[in-house]
Amino acid sequence: MSYNGGAVIAMTGKECVAIACDLRLGIQNQTIATDYRKVFRVHDKLFVGLSGLATDMQTLSQRFAFRHNLYKLREERNMKPTTFANLVSHMLYERRFGPYYAEPVIAGLDENNQPYITGMDLIGAMAPASDFVVAGSSSESLFGVCESFWKPDMDAETLFETLGQCILTGVNRDCLAGWGAAIYIITPTGITAKTLKGRQD
Amino acid sequence: MAFSGKMDLRCLSEDYYSPDVLSDDDAMLDSREVGGAPMASFPLPAVDDIDTFTSEVTNLVKPNHGTTTLGFIFEGGVIIAVDSRASMGPYISSQTVKKVIEINPFLLGTMAGGAADCQFWQRNLGVQCRLFELKHKRRITVGAASKLLANTLFSYRGMGLSMGTMVAGWDPDGPALYYVDSDAQRIKGKRFSVGSGSLFAYGVLDTGYKWDMSVEEACELGRRAIYHATFRDAYSGGTVSVYHVTENGWRKVSGDDVGDLHYHYYPEGNPTTQVVDPLDV
Repeated sequence: MSYNGGAVIAMTGKECVAIACDLRLGIQNQTIATDYRKVFRVHDKLFVGLSGLATDMQTLSQRFAFRHNLYKLREERNMKPTTFANLVSHMLYERRFGPYYAEPVIAGLDENNQPYITGMDLIGAMAPASDFVVAGSSSESLFGVCESFWKPDMDAETLFETLGQCILTGVNRDCLAGWGAAIYIITPTGITAKTLKGRQD
Repeated sequence: MAFSGKMDLRCLSEDYYSPDVLSDDDAMLDSREVGGAPMASFPLPAVDDIDTFTSEVTNLVKPNHGTTTLGFIFEGGVIIAVDSRASMGPYISSQTVKKVIEINPFLLGTMAGGAADCQFWQRNLGVQCRLFELKHKRRITVGAASKLLANTLFSYRGMGLSMGTMVAGWDPDGPALYYVDSDAQRIKGKRFSVGSGSLFAYGVLDTGYKWDMSVEEACELGRRAIYHATFRDAYSGGTVSVYHVTENGWRKVSGDDVGDLHYHYYPEGNPTTQVVDPLDV
């Protein structure tokens, strides 16, 4: 989990949800890229963030897209966040004895526009939360800041500010994550994506 | 370090030593007596294999493993530049570590490896250098000072000390720079870089180095080399400190936060980053 480094946070608000990732891709101590995004769109109200081994993150994100496309063809609708979370959990547990080295974080709005977030370990143990979920090489630091800054029922604007501060502050205590961050705010009316500048060391 | 009984101050009297000029190699003769802490003052662990035990234990408690430090000699003196990050595994334990150790007004040491080892033994080196001054009535040369340190480290070889240090200063015949490490290796040279980010720093340093640079150019080269190392090396960061040593002693030139330095060097944004549609994910 600390070979490539990285950090992902998902956070809930009032009828909105947000997910953020840092931008570093490294090989141990060597920084390879500083524009590497770890959050992927499943559909306009459902995002998945992945942290862990970069090669497995790519494989998984492609398999998620493939499975969601098949679902849309068969059902002629988008997946609900809970359905998608169960799919991801199953896909990970299928590799119980040779797992993908990636921890997913799922963030979405359900059919009533209520936020849904869940984290998962690398073999698919779901840990749904009502406040925030963190993953990555600096999860302890991220937990600390999220625990301090999160409030119930934030609006989209406040949620963006809070999550932005949390990811930038959290990765500042991690050697292997940082170099800027990307944030996605999901609301019933649309998505806002922003790239944040951070310390470049 | 416990001195037993009264301190021996006979060395301070006029007639105690003949004021012969000593060569660098004379430092070898008495490093254990002149302020060098006797080995017996450190209690040893009660195990059969001390070497293995100590190196295993020090690996557990040693902070500051990642670092970038550099030093080089040019026409106008010596430049020393360092970062300021201390890490324990992937966790950043401090961004404001002082990695240049001011041994005395004419000697600087740098810190890479174990923080406590570097701080203690360079302080100890300062003591030895001061006693040398009192004894011989002249300043110690950089060669002799670095040899005192190398001798100390030689006596602790295999016991788990971890240091990669540069000793820089000004000798009667010009600027001097030595690399000394905990294997007791001691190398004289014009350019050194030490630490996990040293390869990144060497890349910039070797490209930009010229013997007849101006002092400003030299300081900027040191600063840029450390900055680029903090950018590429995960275990280096914090601030970039630059020191300049001349015949009048050392001077701290600058201390810049890397967070500010990056946007000073690249106000238009990150040169390695491609601008893409953030929603194209």
